[in-house]
Amino acid sequence: MDDLLADFLTETNESLAELDVALVKLERAPDDDDTLALIFRLVHTIKGTCGFLGLPRLEHVAHAAENVLGRVRDKLLPVTPEIVTVILAALDRIKEIVEGLATSGTEIQGDDTALVEALDAASNGRTPAPASATLAPIVSAPVVSAPVVVAPVVVAAAPPPPAPVVAVAPPPAEAPPPPAAALPEQAPEIQPESAAGPQTIRVGVDVLEDLMTLVSELVLTRNQLLQLARMQEARNGEPSGFTVPLQRLSHITSDLQEGVMKTRMQPIGHAWQKLPRLVRDLARDVGKKIELVMRGAETELDRQVLELIKDPLTHMVRNSGDHGLEKAEIRRAAGKPETGRITLNAYHEGGHIIIEIADDGAGLPADRIRAKVLSKGLATEAELAGMNDNEIQRFIFRAGFSTAAEVTAVSGRGVGMDVVKTNIEKIGGTIDLKSVPGRGTTFTIKIPLTLAIVSALIVEAAGERFAIPQLSVVELVRARLEAGSEEDTSPMVEHIHGTPVLRLRDRLLPLVNLGDLLALPATAGSDRSAHVVVVQVGVTQLGIIVDRVFDTEEIVVKPVAPILRHITMFSGNTILGDGSVIMILDPNGIARATGATSAASADRKGERDASEGHALAAGSHSRTAMLLFRAGGQEPKAVPLGLVARLEDLARDRIEFSAGQPVTQYRGKLMPLVPLSGAIDPAAERHAVLVFSDSSGTQERSMGLVVDEIVDVVEDHLHIELSGDRPGLLGTAVIAGKATDVIDIGHWLTMAAQDWFRRSDNASGSAGQQRLLIVEDSDFFRQLLVPTLAAAGYHVTAAREANEALRLREAGVMFDAIVSDIEMPGIDGPALVRQIRAAGPWAQLPVIALTSHASPEHIEAGRAAGFTDYVAKFEREALLASLKQCLAAAARPAHGASFAHAA
Amino acid sequence: MTTTLLERPSLSGPAEAGDGDATFVTLTVADQLCGIPVLGVRDVLGEQTITRIPLASPEIAGSLNLRGRIVTAIDLRRRLSLPAPPEGAERMSVVVELAGELYALLVDQVSEVMTLQTNSFEQNPPTLPPQWSEFSAGIYRLQGRLLVVLDVGRLLSIGPLLRGRA
Repeated sequence: MDDLLADFLTETNESLAELDVALVKLERAPDDDDTLALIFRLVHTIKGTCGFLGLPRLEHVAHAAENVLGRVRDKLLPVTPEIVTVILAALDRIKEIVEGLATSGTEIQGDDTALVEALDAASNGRTPAPASATLAPIVSAPVVSAPVVVAPVVVAAAPPPPAPVVAVAPPPAEAPPPPAAALPEQAPEIQPESAAGPQTIRVGVDVLEDLMTLVSELVLTRNQLLQLARMQEARNGEPSGFTVPLQRLSHITSDLQEGVMKTRMQPIGHAWQKLPRLVRDLARDVGKKIELVMRGAETELDRQVLELIKDPLTHMVRNSGDHGLEKAEIRRAAGKPETGRITLNAYHEGGHIIIEIADDGAGLPADRIRAKVLSKGLATEAELAGMNDNEIQRFIFRAGFSTAAEVTAVSGRGVGMDVVKTNIEKIGGTIDLKSVPGRGTTFTIKIPLTLAIVSALIVEAAGERFAIPQLSVVELVRARLEAGSEEDTSPMVEHIHGTPVLRLRDRLLPLVNLGDLLALPATAGSDRSAHVVVVQVGVTQLGIIVDRVFDTEEIVVKPVAPILRHITMFSGNTILGDGSVIMILDPNGIARATGATSAASADRKGERDASEGHALAAGSHSRTAMLLFRAGGQEPKAVPLGLVARLEDLARDRIEFSAGQPVTQYRGKLMPLVPLSGAIDPAAERHAVLVFSDSSGTQERSMGLVVDEIVDVVEDHLHIELSGDRPGLLGTAVIAGKATDVIDIGHWLTMAAQDWFRRSDNASGSAGQQRLLIVEDSDFFRQLLVPTLAAAGYHVTAAREANEALRLREAGVMFDAIVSDIEMPGIDGPALVRQIRAAGPWAQLPVIALTSHASPEHIEAGRAAGFTDYVAKFEREALLASLKQCLAAAARPAHGASFAHAA
Repeated sequence: MTTTLLERPSLSGPAEAGDGDATFVTLTVADQLCGIPVLGVRDVLGEQTITRIPLASPEIAGSLNLRGRIVTAIDLRRRLSLPAPPEGAERMSVVVELAGELYALLVDQVSEVMTLQTNSFEQNPPTLPPQWSEFSAGIYRLQGRLLVVLDVGRLLSIGPLLRGRA
């Protein structure tokens, strides 16, 4: 591609973005001659340049659009929404052709006849109404609207059109600087009428990126030099000859850093450019009247941050228009102006930029969210009872949540605010909301100005140093580890069942020991006090216990090597002034990790007392081995490895069909195959198959789940965010740092054989159903256990936590046996069984413990607490056998304490 | 500090000594002579300060600072399931580049750059212990000793995403 064409593409893309904004403005203010003149000029320029470059198709469309605009300008035609729509359609076509140009370097083929006819009709004063209806399919048909960033070669020649270049302000010495990057309103003045000499020059983004990297290195080197000089001075006791030039170097470096940072700054208005058009189209689509007000568009922030918040912002504005604002008649009935208003406001506050997205709609309906939360199983009735409306409204940030009762084309697909929140947190930002019924909702986003250099607190745990981004640090607290003298008034670290907490200003702060969390060997210290770094993660606070706290330092965040990316505890690494490499902690990752380990750490203390050697194992306590695979899509899916009997790789010719169902001969039998993606790809040479088998009773039954590819086996914390609306999926969990669908094996097993769970080989059915109570906090295991046990002929009741179980006892509900998890938040398994054994109607019931780790110490502790038996999680057969045995023993006078299965 | 033996070998260097010949940086791990294709080598370092990385795979010794770049260090002995080096033994590293990232392979000793003839190259003998055959791209017969050509790509396939497959 030649330079001329590259320049044309850049310029045209900017003009197109401006045109979108201007046209919407024109529609609202049809008499605004300046806007009309601007639009005409821009279209005219595009047309003129295409003629010059020999782009006939583009010229044709632009020419037809210009004709219409010319007549509008000459007041021969009124500005109507129909005219604006047909012009916008023409702009969309131009955009498509330009995109095609950027990728292929030549004009792509296509038919513009209908569009041009519609434009001509409009210019002749005929209403282009029928045309506008048929325009939509034509617009999307001929061109693949592929993302513009394709082959690197093309990118090198012509930067991708959407804002590929930032304009750089001239050095301040020469002239009073114009705003660093040309604002949309100023751009036309600067470009065609640059008689006074160029005020801005175009610089490729990669040049600026390289510059930034170099400056970052320079800053680090300067820090190193300063440290060396200080050391030398301290040694010699006198300033060395380097002191003065070093100071100067230091200043210049700081100025340079600031200057380079400035070149990266762009007004946030750039991220808003597409919004007026979007809101206009949205208003048309959903039949509402919407006004978009944008304030603080000139507020500048780092372009890297800008790129990252563009999509979340767009999504939120769309959400506000679609869900937030009511329809005109409802608004009128409520005594509000018919036109709903979405306000975007941006301003600086400290080292942050605050962006508010406000609507004056109906507000978030707390009661509907509440109902949704309950139905989705995101929280229990009891938990919700303790929450205020604001806390309930925040559930919209949870994965798999969508308030829209009906899914509209615009939004409401269930991936929404949680994605927004994740993306904002990824760049170290926070998001909060405030909603008043009938008055509207305001979202407040707080993000750092830049990501390149951050201030970090350096701490030490178990002899290793780590950096914590200052942005998330709320305060530092010195706490006692043991009760000391009377006059020491500092707060003390207390333990609730082994979990450390801190009483901080009438509030209980959850604590996590950094050394334990990172599985570092504990240093033998007789420290009686600890430093607690209080960090803010979303709306919650968390205290991180460290051994020492050093200084804060400006650090340049560098991504960790790809082979370390799976460790979610770190957000990057950096080099300190003394030249040493240090890992940067990710408070979000730590919070996620502790959410899972908090319950596990309860019995960790006992374990540590029992054997010192287990200390390391404690770190990976509540992890579950998951098999990751792909089927029908790129996104990973997972199933607990413990459920998979074998993995097979079947050649195509081994797959046969029996009564239309795919089967394979497997170990002398026919095994039904179920393709997870719906159909077996006939083109694939080989198929990866997960074999699930059930060998209880006399016969072995197997089923093969056909997937596209087996990706991996990972050990991770299994944290399922439920989304029960898709059959075959238990929900979504973050596994190995990626959102992963966890499949519901029960669903697929029944697809292979309707009676998979119904065959019952224990004779309990005849003796009347025996009643079981399952106490299990993990949604996933509960969902797995209940159908399994129900299939085996038991009548199953499930409780989510110990208190729920105890309430059932108080309500007089009776069971034949109880199966309980060990690690649960609140009252854990051993505590529950102690309460059961203490008194009441359940005191003699067999209680079976489910655990992910059955070491002799655990079993002994379990026996002491009163458990009848211990069974490892996922051991379906062992659990069924144990239940049979326990129930049989319970039928006899003394309830037996058989620990046969665990041993 | 840093001992730089070679800096970004140019294409006109010994790498193109003869047709079909190949040039290697030779090193020893637990007395076994190994070679890494010289074009993939960016640096050779002496003993370094290495920051440990908690929760990382045991083969990952940590990260080190190479002139302002952070380099992940892989302990070759642990990667090859070999016994740990004697206490206090000084170790060297060979810095290699893979997909734009630098990695330092911690070895016992880096010796010299050798150009070897293709006719002395052999495929892995089938009896090679699995920890070697997994990472060996073949063997060169030298006078009196054998040189194992290390497959850097496979050596660096560490992490949960690739371990389950093996």
